[in-house]
Order: sequence, then C-alpha cells, then structure tokens
Amino acid sequence: MDLTLKVWRQANATAKGKFEQYKVNDISPDTSFLEMMDVMNENLIQQGVEPVAFDHDCREGICGMCSLFVNGRAHGPDDDITTCQLHMRKFKDGETITIEPWRAAAFPVIKDLMVDRAAFDKILQAGGFVSVNTGGVPDANAIPIGKAEADEAMDAATCIGCGACVATCKNSSAMLFVSAKVSQLALLPQGKIEAKRRAKNMLAKMDEMGFGSCSNTGACEVECPKGISLAHIARFNREFIKAKFND
Amino acid sequence: MSKINSKIPEGPVAEKWDNFKAHQNLVNPANKRKLDIIVVGTGLAGASAAASLGELGFNVKNFCYQDSPRRAHSIAAQGGINAAKNYPNDGDSIYRLFYDTVKGGDYRARESNVYRLAQVSNDIIDQCVAQGVPFAREYGGLLDNRSFGGAQVSRTFYARGQTGQQLLLGAYGALNRQIAKGTVKMYPRTEMLDLVVVDGKARGIIVRNLITGEIERHFGHAVVIATGGYGNVFFLSTNAMGSNGSAAWQIYKRGAYFANPCYVQIHPTCIPVHGEFQSKLTLMSESLRNDGRIWVPKKKEDSEKIRAGKLRPEDLKEEDRDYYLERRYPAFGNLVPRDVASRAAKERCDAGFGVGATGLAVYLDFKSAIERLGQNVIEERYGNLFQMYEKIVDENPYKTPMMIYPAIHYTMGGIWVDYELQTSIPGLFAIGEANFSDHGANRLGASALMQGLADGYFVLPYTIQNYLADEIHTPRMSTDAPEFVKTEDEIKARIDTLMAIKGSKSVDSFHKRLGHIMWDYVGMARNKTGLEKAIKEIQIIREEFWKDVRIPGDTKGVNSELEKATRVADFLELGELMARDALNREESCGGHFREEFQTPEGEAMRNDVDFTYAAAWEFKGENTEPELHKEALKYEAIEVKQRNYK
Ligand SMILES: Cc1cc2nc3c(=O)[nH]c(=O)nc-3n(C[C@H](O)[C@H](O)[C@H](O)COP(=O)(O)OP(=O)(O)OC[C@H]3O[C@@H](n4cnc5c(N)ncnc54)[C@H](O)[C@@H]3O)c2cc1C
Ligand code: SF4
Ligand code: FES
Repeated sequence: MDLTLKVWRQANATAKGKFEQYKVNDISPDTSFLEMMDVMNENLIQQGVEPVAFDHDCREGICGMCSLFVNGRAHGPDDDITTCQLHMRKFKDGETITIEPWRAAAFPVIKDLMVDRAAFDKILQAGGFVSVNTGGVPDANAIPIGKAEADEAMDAATCIGCGACVATCKNSSAMLFVSAKVSQLALLPQGKIEAKRRAKNMLAKMDEMGFGSCSNTGACEVECPKGISLAHIARFNREFIKAKFND
Repeated sequence: MSKINSKIPEGPVAEKWDNFKAHQNLVNPANKRKLDIIVVGTGLAGASAAASLGELGFNVKNFCYQDSPRRAHSIAAQGGINAAKNYPNDGDSIYRLFYDTVKGGDYRARESNVYRLAQVSNDIIDQCVAQGVPFAREYGGLLDNRSFGGAQVSRTFYARGQTGQQLLLGAYGALNRQIAKGTVKMYPRTEMLDLVVVDGKARGIIVRNLITGEIERHFGHAVVIATGGYGNVFFLSTNAMGSNGSAAWQIYKRGAYFANPCYVQIHPTCIPVHGEFQSKLTLMSESLRNDGRIWVPKKKEDSEKIRAGKLRPEDLKEEDRDYYLERRYPAFGNLVPRDVASRAAKERCDAGFGVGATGLAVYLDFKSAIERLGQNVIEERYGNLFQMYEKIVDENPYKTPMMIYPAIHYTMGGIWVDYELQTSIPGLFAIGEANFSDHGANRLGASALMQGLADGYFVLPYTIQNYLADEIHTPRMSTDAPEFVKTEDEIKARIDTLMAIKGSKSVDSFHKRLGHIMWDYVGMARNKTGLEKAIKEIQIIREEFWKDVRIPGDTKGVNSELEKATRVADFLELGELMARDALNREESCGGHFREEFQTPEGEAMRNDVDFTYAAAWEFKGENTEPELHKEALKYEAIEVKQRNYK
C-alpha cells in the first residue's frame, strides 16, 4: 500500500505545532500501524530530517504508552484496541491518514505526538490503592470473594491508563479512568474500607489537575481500548455521594 | 575462583533463610531516615522494592524510562504467578516448588536462593490479595489455580491473561502511596547511563532526563538495579521496545560480574514473524498449553499443501496430525518445559513439517478443549489472548488453530549476586530479571513474577539492611564530588562522540543486523564454529556502528534515536559476551543447546563434571578478554539427575 501521512509536528511544549505531509510506500496490510510509522521515520532519517517522536513501548496493547489520534479517533479506526494493535489492513491503498497527539489541557504536548500524562499518576497517588504495608497481611483465602464481584473488579482493573477517554471526551474529563480504579477497589472487601475517602480524594485531584467534569456523553466508553464500562462511573457517583454525606 | 563469595548461610537448606534473618544486622528507624537508596526500575522487582523500602522509612529515589512506573514491562506478563500454597490439595509443597524450579533450571541454579524463593512465594499471594489484586476465583469465592509447564501440580495464580498487569498495578499502588507520603521520589522518563563508584562502593548514578536531555547526578548510600532482562539484544523478542541491557552492562563495566549471559529463554508459543518491518514479537501465554494441543501434519505433502494455501488445517484428519510433544514426552505432553518445547518445534520445522507462509510455524489447537469444555469456558480463560491473536493475524483461533513459533523471551543470565542479592560491588544490588540467581539455565513459567516480587517485597528489604547497618555514619555525599563529575564527563563524552559520527545508517539498521547474528548463531541451537563467527561479526558491526551511525537532532530535548543508540551500543558489546559464554560452556543445559552435545535422540546432554558452575565474567577493559570466575554449585537437598519429561 502507498499512503500519505499528515502528521502533527511540534518542537516542544511551548512551540506552535503544524501538520507536515510524508509519503510511505509498499506497506504490507499485515504491518502494524506503529511499524508503518517506523518505516516513515527510517525514511526521514535517511533524508536527514528528525524523526517523529511518539510514545510506545510494549506494542501489544497492555502498557498504555501508545497514544495516537488517527483519522479523528483515539487509537484509530478499529474497536477494542490500542494504536499499537492497529494494523494497516484497516486502511485503503492511497489513503491520506491524519495523525495527531491526544489533545487535552491536562495532557500537554511534549514533542510531536508525545504528551505528558503525569496527571494520571497524580490522581492515583491521591488514593488509588489499598493502604497496606508489605507483610503481616491475612492468608489470601481468609476472605472469600464472590466470583461475580471478583470478575467485575477485574473488568475495571484492566484499564491501561492510556488516556484515550480523556482525549475523546469533549470536556476532557478523566471520569472513566478515575471511576475504573474506584470501582475495582470498592468491589473488593480489601478496598471497601477506604472507598469513600478514596473517591473523594481522587475526584478532588482530578479537578485540580485540570480535567473537565463528566456530562455523561458516553464517548469515552466507545473509544476505550479495554472496554471499560460507563457502569463504573455510575458506581463512582454512588461512592462519591456517600462520601459527601459522611463529611 | 577465590574472588567469588556467595555468602550462603550455614545450616540445612530449609533453615538458611531463618538463620540469616535471625543474625543479620538491621537499621533502626531513626537511622533509616538518614539513608538514601536508589532503585532503578519500576517493574515488579523495582516497584515492590521501592515501596517496601519507603514503608520502612528509607529515603528512596526510583527511576524508570517510561512516562509512568506503571508501564514497566512486567505489565505484559500474561499467564500467572507460582506459589506453593497447595490450595488445590494436589500434593504441592515448598520443597516441591523448590525441586521443580531447580530441575526446570537443569541443575544450574543456586540451591539456597531457590529454596528461599519457594519459601516466600506464599507471602506474595497474601500480599497481592491484600492490595486488591483481582485474581481469578472459584464460585465458592476462593482462589483458582492453573498449571504451567514443568510441574505436575496446579500452583499458578492468575488474573485472566493479564496477571503481570494486575500484580504490577498492585505494586504501583503501594509505590504511589509512598510517593504521596514523600518517602519515595519518582523520576519517570529518566534513563540510568552509568554507576558512580566511590572508594570501591556504589554511591550513585548518572542519568539522562529524556525530556530535557539534561545529564543529572544522584547520590545513594546503596543502589539497586531492577532494570529487567536483555532479550532485546536479538532485536526481535517479546520484550518491550525500550527494554534494554544498558544499566546491567554499565555496572558490569564498573566491576559487577555478569553471570551466565548465554542462558536465554526461547518461548515456544509466540506469534510467528510476518515480515521485514516487524518490530517485536507477541507472546501467546504458556497457559494456553493447558488446553491447547500442539501439532504439525504427519506427512510433508500436507505441510506443503497447507503452506501453499491449498489445504486448511482444520480440515486435516485427526490421524494425519502429529501431536509431537504428546508423542515424544507422554508424561508431560504439551506441558514440557519451554526449552524442550521450543527445540521440538524447531526440529519439526527444520525437518520440513512446519506450516504458515514461511514454514516456520506449528499449530496450537483448541478443538478438543472446546469440544470438552465449551467455547465459553475457553473464552473466559483466554479471551483476551484470542482477541490479541485475531487482531494481529486476522484469523479466528476458535475455528482455525493458532500458529505459533518460538521467540526470544527471557534472560536467565544477568548480574551476578550473592545470597543477599548484592553484586560484586559493595552497595550495589540487583533484583528481578536483571540478576541471575534463581532460574539456572531455564526458567519455568510463572516463576519470573514470583521472583521479582519475592526479591522486592520479601528479600531485599531484609538483606540490604545487612549492608546499610554499616553505613549509618556515612553522611550524604555531595554530587559535586570528583567521582560524580568524572563519571558524568565520561558519559557526556560518549554521547558527544555518538552525535558527532553523523554517518549514513540508522540505529535500527545496526540493531537488526546484530539481531540476525544473535538469532542465527547464539539462538536456539549453537555450535563452536557459529559462535566464533558470531564474535567476529559482532565486532565488525560494532566497529561500523561507531563509524557510520546516523543520529539526527541534538542532545537537548527528546531524542529517541539517541536513546536507542546508547542502548544498541551496549547490546553490541553484551552480544559478544553472550557468544563467549556460550562458547565456553561445552555442554547443553536448559536454554543453552550446543549441537555438539546431544544424545542420539536429540535431547540436551549436560556435563555435570566440568560445568556445574555459574560462569561469572569480570570486565577487564575495552577490547580485552573478560576473566571467568566459576561459582561452584553444590546440591545438598536435591540429587542431580538427567532431566526426564518422558
Ligand atoms: C510478554 C511476556 C509475558 C510474560 N509472562 C510471564 C508470566 O506469565 N509469568 C511469569 O512469571 N513471568 C512472565 N514473564 C516474565 C516477567 O514478566 C519478567 O521477567 C518480569 O516481569 C521482569 O520484571 P522486572 O521487574 O525484573 O523488570 P521489568 O518489568 O522489565 O522492569 C524494568 C524496569 O527498569 C526500567 N529500566 C530499564 N532500563 C533502565 C535504565 N537504563 N534506566 C532507568 N530505568 C530503566 C524500566 O523503565 C522498568 O521500569 C513474561 C514476560 C513477557 C515479556
Ligand atoms: S478507561 Fe479506557 S481509555 Fe481511559 S485510560 Fe483506561 S483504558 Fe484508557
Ligand atoms: S505500546 Fe503498549 S499499549 Fe501500545
């Protein structure tokens, strides 16, 4: 396949960015999207142009590092996958593909397609854990947990922290991300004890970091590569309301 | 030989750890606050260590190259984590887990370390559950187990096909809690480039801030390396793109011994290579071998038809399939250890029975399992793996058998450490995949996660105090000390040299060439001629690299090509040491298969008389041959046997 790429280039956080066009030829449909980007960069290096910076690491959909807005969709035109799992068979020969970084005030661009998602870490530092030290904990089977609850907690826990939900949301809200963690821990007896405090602190941190608030459009759920459900936002609201009443 | 002191405590193997803990030195709480510890790496090993040390009251500085500690490559582990809980009541015990691990490692691991690993394995599961790790459960609410290769019991705990992710998020939660408390300071997007040694002790590191490009100095009373494995020396592997051997290599060049570099694990079940632009290989978890059956056609004609697209595998009759693992190893069948399964696949493909477009693939078939258990059960167990496969290969594995082939996956070799996980440089420790200690010549599935967390939660937080107890009077050192300045200058000079080459070829092009040499001559089957050739070829590539590499941009700000260049420069040296080590080890054991040393049936042939030792290499200067130190391995609790999975 021969393709034209319209790629966002931005020298650093303060620079003004713009689109540049590059061509790549002879790409096999079985190539992954990021491998196609590797080919583009290899060409640029040969031409003496600085290659396009983008984040990636595991290239198998689990680390959450890759983060591209491809043809107007977070993680591109396929469902339930990350950018690194996207394959060129989803595109047509001769197509022009537009590639942009996540765009959200809380995720400033670092360079080209790389953004700073440290705000996610900050939110989790505000309470996205169970407060136990190493050692001195009960036997793992001491507290049975219903399979349904454990499975639902696991559904929530699969969030990879990629930020596609924020990039997709018109308010740049991090509610899906936040609610997934709150929900996972609230469903488990180990996490329930701190559930209210956790929800409250994480929400406060989310506001402080410059994310917008949730107006329930549901766009995030559609673009989430891990299928994190809006039901977690509902559970979050319940936990949060409990937290407020207890103040 | 005398230079090696593994500091194994006295007493029978089952009592060594308790003996050690009873007599070791500890640091009191008031003094802990005065001590700084650098932890490089935030995978299972690094995150669990940093969090635990922070909880104890030390000042911890934690580093990783990703934008968040949560993205360390441990996140990608799929199948599970072992522990000797014996919840299924199927005869497991600490001794059996110990025994299986030593045997699986082909009797090339240090007995005392493995026993300790098995002892603390149960604490890990308790810890993770307390953190809210959502392990798989039975309807009764108790934890579920599955089986993995090399074991006849079910001792593997799992969270769907995302066990590593869930364990890492647990450790990351503990780490976040300490970051919020201020006991741990986190430095993401920061890469360690060198170690600072003062008066023979590790005292700090030099790093590059990957955003600003600044070179920075950091002091610590002790330094812990938890930077994972070096599998990416092969270019194509199941490791993350950024996984590297640089921290391990730099400390080797500062005096830490590198042990058994040739022990590399080739995982039998990965998605086959598709083309020349391929950047990495994707693992299909070993847990799939619980329910999947591995086969190739019995007749070469059928393999040829399949390769040419004239025959569908699902249409091939049962009697025309060769379930070669079940045939060759009836006792363990599809669950033989990884090295055995990988070589068996290579043997069939080399003999012309392979499938897929390249002939370098075998089938992993779920047909009988789906008939026996129903598709929904298989979906629940492996749904995300099947989805991953379908997205990559564009075939539905519920209907058409999966195609798999072995790929580089894990490095058993690594930095040499003693019983206390201390390297041959005082004050420098190595944990997780970065060290060499527990898996011998072959690692069993689900044991790396166990080792990473054992080291980080339950071993290092004790053993490091035995060293630090003598450091309480050492004041924090200024990073303007001459040793810091000198090390930084050396790093800057190295980077400037790289940038000044302005050659014609990209970093990746050199990395790919190195990878081909490694795979062909230092991969699944090795021999003397090939290894000697590899050493020469690597030297040639290295020389060309330093003359002709092209790194665009400059040293300020983000420069991904520069990051890759420093890593590949190190791989180009490490690869040579791997070949040397493989050349030295004139036997076949575990992942190290020397074609000259095999039985008539093609099974690996160990040489216990001459090679029951860990090979610890000492750096002796650029372009000088390293010196080999042998740590003799003594087996007191286990009788050394030829491995037999028949
Ligand atoms: C696909 C896959 C599946 C696996 N499945 C299983 C399984 O089911 N069960 C099992 O037991 N094992 C499994 N393994 C093996 C296991 O995941 C790893 O061995 C283990 O997670 C390694 O953990 P670690 O903490 O030592 O290193 P890693 O998790 O690799 O972490 C390395 C850390 O070091 C940092 N780092 C590296 N270099 C530098 C540097 N120079 N400067 C600063 N920071 C640096 C990185 O940022 C990262 O934080 C699997 C491995 C892979 C690749
Ligand atoms: S909720 Fe989904 S989209 Fe948002 S960070 Fe998590 S995985 Fe990514
Ligand atoms: S690179 Fe890890 S999820 Fe895409």
